[in-house]
Order: sequence, then structure tokens, then C-alpha cells
Amino acid sequence: MEQNKKKQLELTALKVRRGIVDSIHAAKAGHPGGSLSIADLLTYLYFDKMNVDPKNPKMADRDRLVLSKGHAAPALYSVLAHKGFFPTEELITLRKTGSRLQGHPDMKNIPGVDMSSGSLGQGISCAVGMALSAKHFGDSYRVYAILGDGECEEGQVWEAAMFAGNKGLSNLTAFVDFNGLQIDGSVEEVNSPAPLDKKFEAFGWNVIVIDGHNFDEIEAATLAAEKVTDKPTAIIMNTTKGKGVSFMENKCGWHGKAPGDEDYEKAVAELDAALAALA
Amino acid sequence: MADVKKIATRDSYGEALVELGKERDDFIVMDADLAEATKTGAFKKVFPQRFYDCGIAEGNMISIAAGIAATGKKVFASSFAMFAAGRAFEQIRNSVAYPHLNVVIGATHAGISVGEDGATHQCCEDIAIMRSIPGMTIINPADHIEAKMAVKAAINHDGPVYLRLGRLAVPVVFDEDYSFEIGKGVELKEGTDVTIIATGLMVAEALEAYEILKAEGISARVINIATIKPLDTEIVLKAAKETGAIVTAEEHNVIGGLGSAVSEYLSENYPTTVVKLGVNDTFGMSGPANELLDKFGLRAKDIAEKAKQAIAKKA
Repeated sequence: MEQNKKKQLELTALKVRRGIVDSIHAAKAGHPGGSLSIADLLTYLYFDKMNVDPKNPKMADRDRLVLSKGHAAPALYSVLAHKGFFPTEELITLRKTGSRLQGHPDMKNIPGVDMSSGSLGQGISCAVGMALSAKHFGDSYRVYAILGDGECEEGQVWEAAMFAGNKGLSNLTAFVDFNGLQIDGSVEEVNSPAPLDKKFEAFGWNVIVIDGHNFDEIEAATLAAEKVTDKPTAIIMNTTKGKGVSFMENKCGWHGKAPGDEDYEKAVAELDAALAALA
Repeated sequence: MADVKKIATRDSYGEALVELGKERDDFIVMDADLAEATKTGAFKKVFPQRFYDCGIAEGNMISIAAGIAATGKKVFASSFAMFAAGRAFEQIRNSVAYPHLNVVIGATHAGISVGEDGATHQCCEDIAIMRSIPGMTIINPADHIEAKMAVKAAINHDGPVYLRLGRLAVPVVFDEDYSFEIGKGVELKEGTDVTIIATGLMVAEALEAYEILKAEGISARVINIATIKPLDTEIVLKAAKETGAIVTAEEHNVIGGLGSAVSEYLSENYPTTVVKLGVNDTFGMSGPANELLDKFGLRAKDIAEKAKQAIAKKA
């Protein structure tokens, strides 16, 4: 990836992370860990890859994204706001009564959200449906889905994977945020869905394993997926839960807990320092 | 009614899908390995490229249908009522209904008239489950004519539709000039002593009950409610006011179905005696469908009996 582009993406990702922390702190509830772990991916997709138009969020031939791990909504909202789908000032209304920024993505009311999601396992099937629709009706857009690693314990993920593999939905790319932690503990302790690469391969998918915080690898894998013409692609991203806020990193406790005022100040100081250093 | 033509509403579903397929190509039909039984197989035969089989994975099928609908296309997703409303409840609730997507759920084999397959496949809870989902439209057609019209109305409807269809061949009670509209009940017989409000295959029974009661000097009004949600409250209120006693008849648990919908509305707006005829909070069993309808008391004579009970309870 070109250096200047990478720097811009890194800057944007920091702003996105700041939006995640701001909104969850204001909401006093939410999921910072798994939102921060996909901030880099979402930044790349919305600021570089996807054909979307904030002024025309329902554009018919836009690329679609389904956040199957819907609890990472703050990351999606922050990216959409920074992209211009709605004002960034609105992020701090997250989860508040009357706000359109629902705890989990709501396609009916939030500009830029392509599918309502949050009940784990369903989003990937919806993405499969979108990809099927595009193939069937001859539309050229691409469909992206983001799954959690814990989410891959849901049987529906594999029903969806079986169907997409059998139908050769090559216009579908599913990213798995493999941060290794879920609510009750490490994915390994709870009920590990690994090895995910072998499982997706067995279901007829093209599989790529990358570092989910490395823009070069994210871009290379995303572009490689487009070259495959007969299979959907699963990109298993090794990530760090809570990435970018040092005290949240790799801590299961930050899966679904909002930072209090003190932790919030610490997080903001870290992110702002990183922004200043990059700018 | 031996001379009456009988057709299962699942067959009407397949036939209507084929007709729709000839008129327009903006929709997809899906099934979960039951195409022969749900009769989407008829569509598959004519339009194999427009039919997708999800295999035995109903939850996945419903969410895939939601994804298709989210791209602005129309879709029918079909299975038995048990596995659509039952197995895939949460996918219907979260993937389809919460975003209010245009998915038509073609749920066949509803009720005990499934017959020999027995209780595991006889869904008498689907109306109750679907009624509790905000924005869901529930249509339970009475016969072949109405079922075909309902399929064609459903594809143009804004929002999710649960189409409740049957396995058993049932009498054709309407003519081709019958007019179907989502949300509208139809008064089939005028009457002043009691009103029978029926849905699905119980409509034909209700028409027979009318004759039984008439022979006994009782004037029964008969109303067909195909759309259970949203309920045509106008026709229900009018019947309550004018006849003062109601019997509901449905091939569904007496909890949560048409009887509940009518009772809930009337108890708040015009308290009236409502006697509910349905499956009495029990599971079904194996047996020929028509024997089961006898055994479970879902016949014209049972409706007539309930009608007399309702009249006796009039204040």
C-alpha cells in the first residue's frame, strides 16, 4: 500500500477509535473490545475499498456490508459518521432513548447501515442472501460480512457457509475478527470454533489468514478475494481485542463494559497522543 | 359435500407462484428441502433458475431471504409451518420483521390436518407466535381461490407476510369473482343470533354449521377472517353489536390464535361473549387428517354446538 494512503488510513482509524470510545463512554454501555479490534478493517473498507456514497446511502449498486457481529456497532457508526453518513456529533447519542444509534445496527433508521444485525449467526446468512441476489439479478456490487470468532460457535454460521460454498458466491467476502476472547472467557476455554481456516476450506471457501491490524495485509487479502471467481472468500484476521487502548487490549473484561470517566480520560489521552504523533 | 371440489391450499400456493413467475421475474423462491410437499416444486419445475434450495436449514433460509429482500428484491421462503414459525422464529423476528423486509413466508402443513406425520409436524402454535411479532401480516386462506389471491397480494405487500397454508385438500368455497384484500374480513352469510368467525379450513365447516343452525331455527352470521393480523376490527365489532355472541373457529391452539385476537379486541372495545373453537391446548397425533378433524372436534357440528353455547351465554 502506498505510504501516504496508509498514513491517512491510520489517522482515520485513530479518529474512528476515538469515536468508539467517546460513544460507549457516553452511553455508559456497549462493547469496546470487539469494536476496537475491527476499527482498522472498517476504516479500510469504507475509506478505500467500498463503492458507497454518504450522500446517497441507498444507492442501488453500492457495495454492501453486514456487521454480523452486530455488538461492534460503535465501530460501524464511528466509521459511517466519519465518512459523512451522519454527523460525528451524533455518536455520543449511542444507545440513548430516542437516538437512532441503537445498541445494535438498525438499517431502517441509520444511514449507511445495510442490514440490521445483532443476533449472532444471522448476519452472515443475510450477507449470503445479498450476494445471491446480486448474482441472480446480475448486479455487480460486492458484499462484505464481518463475523466474530465467538460468533462462529453459532450453527447458523456454518449453514450459511455451506450454502455460500455450494453456490459459489464469489462476490462475498467474510472477515472473521479472531481476537480470541468472548464474554465468558477465551474462545479456547469456552468452546473453540478453531481451526477456522480448515473449516471454511472444508465448506468450499477460499481462505486467507492475515494480521487484522496491518493495512497492507488487509488490502492484499481483500483484493485477492476479488480475483477468485468460483468461491466466496473468508479472511481470518488475527486481531487484538481492545486494539489501540492499551489497558483494554487482550482483556476479556472489556468485551461489554463501558469505560468510566477515569478510564475514558486515559483512553482519550492515548488516542490523542497517537493522533498527534502521526499527524 | 361429496360433490364439492377439493384442493389443498399448498397446491394453490404452487400454482399461484407459477402464474406470478410468468407475469414477473423480480422474485426468487426458496425452500428447505420440502419443495415437493410445500409445492414450490411446481415453480421449480417451470423456473429452475429462479428457485433456490437451502437444504434442511430453515433459519439460514429465512435470513438469506431477508438479505435478498434487503437488496430490494422480492422473495418467497417456504417450509412447513412448524419449521418456519417454530424453528426459524428468531430469524423471522430479527432478520425479517425488525427491518420490516418484504419476505413472504409460505408456511404449509399448518395445523393437525398434516395427518399421519403426527404431533412433531402439526403446528398449532404458529399464529400465536407470528401474531406477537410487530408488523407481521398473517394470512390464513380458506380455500384454493382465496389462497391464490393471497399469494398475489402478498408479493405486493409492504412488509413481511406469513402465509398459512394446509396439506389437506379442502372444499373450494369461493368463486373466481371473489374479492380478496389483505386486512379485510368477508361476511359470507347474514345472521342475527350469533356470529361464527372462522379462518382457514374452518370456513367451509362454518358454512355447514350455518345450515345446521338454520335447520334448528337459529340465524348465524358467518365471517371469513383470512387476515388474522391486522384483524378487521370493523367487521368484528359490527358482528358483536348486531348478534351479541361470537364463536371463533380455527385449526390452531385456542391460545393465541384467531379466538384470542377477537377476544382481545372485543374485551377492550365491546365486551361480548366469545366462545373459542380450536385445538384445546394439546398436541396433535398421527392419523388420517379427516379423522383427526373429527377427533379434535373441528367440524361443523362442533361449531354449531359452540354457537348454541354462545347464544345461551348472551346477557
